[in-house]
Amino acid sequence: MRQRNYGPLYAAPQTAWLLLFFAAPLSIIVAYSFMQKDLYGGAKAVFSLEAYKSLANPAILKVAFRTLWVSLAATAVTLLLALPCGYSIARSRNQPMRLFLIIVPFWTNFLVRCYAWISILGNEGFLNDFLRWIGLTKEPVQFLYNQWAVILVLVYMYLPYAILPLFSTIDKFDFTLLEAARDLGASKFRAIKLVLMPNIRSGIITAVLFTFIPIFGAYAVPLLVGGKDSYMLGNIIADQVTKTKNWPLAASISVTVTLITAIAAMVYLASEKRAEAAAEKEAASIDNSENAGGSL
Amino acid sequence: MKDRNGAAARCGQSGVPRPRRQRHFSFSNLAYWITIVFLFLPLLALFFYSFNRSKGGSWDGFSTIWYEKLIFESPSLWQAFSNSLIIALGSATLATILGGLAAVGTSRYRFAGRAAVRGLAYLPMILPEIVVGVSLLVFFAGIHFRLGMWTILIAHVTFNIPFVYLLVDARLEEFDTSVIEAAHDLGANEMQTLLRVILPMALPGIASGFLAAVTLSLEDFVITFFVSGAGSTTLPLYIYSAIRFGVSPVINALSAVMVMGTILLVYPLRNFLKTFAARA
Repeated sequence: MRQRNYGPLYAAPQTAWLLLFFAAPLSIIVAYSFMQKDLYGGAKAVFSLEAYKSLANPAILKVAFRTLWVSLAATAVTLLLALPCGYSIARSRNQPMRLFLIIVPFWTNFLVRCYAWISILGNEGFLNDFLRWIGLTKEPVQFLYNQWAVILVLVYMYLPYAILPLFSTIDKFDFTLLEAARDLGASKFRAIKLVLMPNIRSGIITAVLFTFIPIFGAYAVPLLVGGKDSYMLGNIIADQVTKTKNWPLAASISVTVTLITAIAAMVYLASEKRAEAAAEKEAASIDNSENAGGSL
Repeated sequence: MKDRNGAAARCGQSGVPRPRRQRHFSFSNLAYWITIVFLFLPLLALFFYSFNRSKGGSWDGFSTIWYEKLIFESPSLWQAFSNSLIIALGSATLATILGGLAAVGTSRYRFAGRAAVRGLAYLPMILPEIVVGVSLLVFFAGIHFRLGMWTILIAHVTFNIPFVYLLVDARLEEFDTSVIEAAHDLGANEMQTLLRVILPMALPGIASGFLAAVTLSLEDFVITFFVSGAGSTTLPLYIYSAIRFGVSPVINALSAVMVMGTILLVYPLRNFLKTFAARA
């Protein structure tokens, strides 16, 4: 029976919407990044590489390196906490309850969580209150509005993004392999390093990217708990758009951030493909030989 | 209780008692509980302070005054809440229709440009929020579209589409497409197949896509911040301005209510969280 191909018809509305409200705005940003700054704000339609040249401006480079450092530090701390957490949930008898406890803060409104940290770390906050009460300090200590506060709150925000993918890959791992390694004389640490870690690689990569990408483009957290010394690229973009009105510069930074994000995403997709291919190969080798001892 | 029986049954089936999955003490459990304390401490502090009588930081006795103020004396907060709700339901509905249809199209048919359609559907999810927000702001400014509820709605539909598309697509991948062919062979036209066969089968994916969209929309601050105008304050924007320009303990009370709301929402879903984690 001949059947019409309705595929394009079904996909058309969404594609039209995304072309108009996603691709077109993004193209405008790319176009602006190659234009000249208009005297009264906005962009003048004259080709110029000025906006990209001004990325080398020490003030912007400094923020770029800070953004990179804050993102890497927050991602590293997040991963170090998330790995044992994911393992612990996967090994637990009561997985639903343990997941529930991770998801409640995760689904609590982003600004409420930010606000919670402000009310703990602020000058009139819980921590200062406590320190005064036990008599350790008299004057309030400034915990907020610096880089450390930004890193702490970023870790808090993105921890669940790392825990969930790690949990789901560790949960699929066949733990008898670990026992086998132990039986064959490997220490617990060695067994985890040589048997567990290679098998949960895709989960680790997902976790790293799910934290690194949004943190790299962070805007709200440095705005709320950071000071002038903890501005990140996202804040510069926003300032250039809303305050300084240097649209070409805002556009060139946006394009740069987008490219870095895209590269990170592509690394992720490539590693996913490699993991899939490896899994298929492994499955095939198990099919081929009954005693698939070398599948690891 | 139920879980333990399940585990016992599984052990019984295999004949060999499985090793205990969890020891009394382990490094990973310690890390887990430290993380839980870390995650919940700020929320508990909010909760505690929401009952503080004084406006300042120090504890000054128990009071529910801020809850009363929240309910009876915060009309602009409730206006923001209703704006948020309108945007969330509106954008989720539109995104579900657009994303759902596209997922049906790309999962059932092969056609030129299919890969491009899929790629375009994923992109908004990967891009940093700030870039999406700024590009929409510049776009709306360029076509002289007044910022307000409509621009927020458009922005929310745009960032919701990828999630709906992804969830419906994943659901459609799971089931046997021969059922659809059978419907066609039995004489159903495209409309009948869509409504009577595909829609019921895709329903779990559609429902979770819709819910994800509502949640994301209620949650969004960064993109909304750039595309909102006068008189279109959403709840996150309201909280933001409250944090920036003079904190009122009413926000504590509001936050405590929202945390309780989240708990009430997530708890009934706890047995589905595992599938959620696998897809996140």
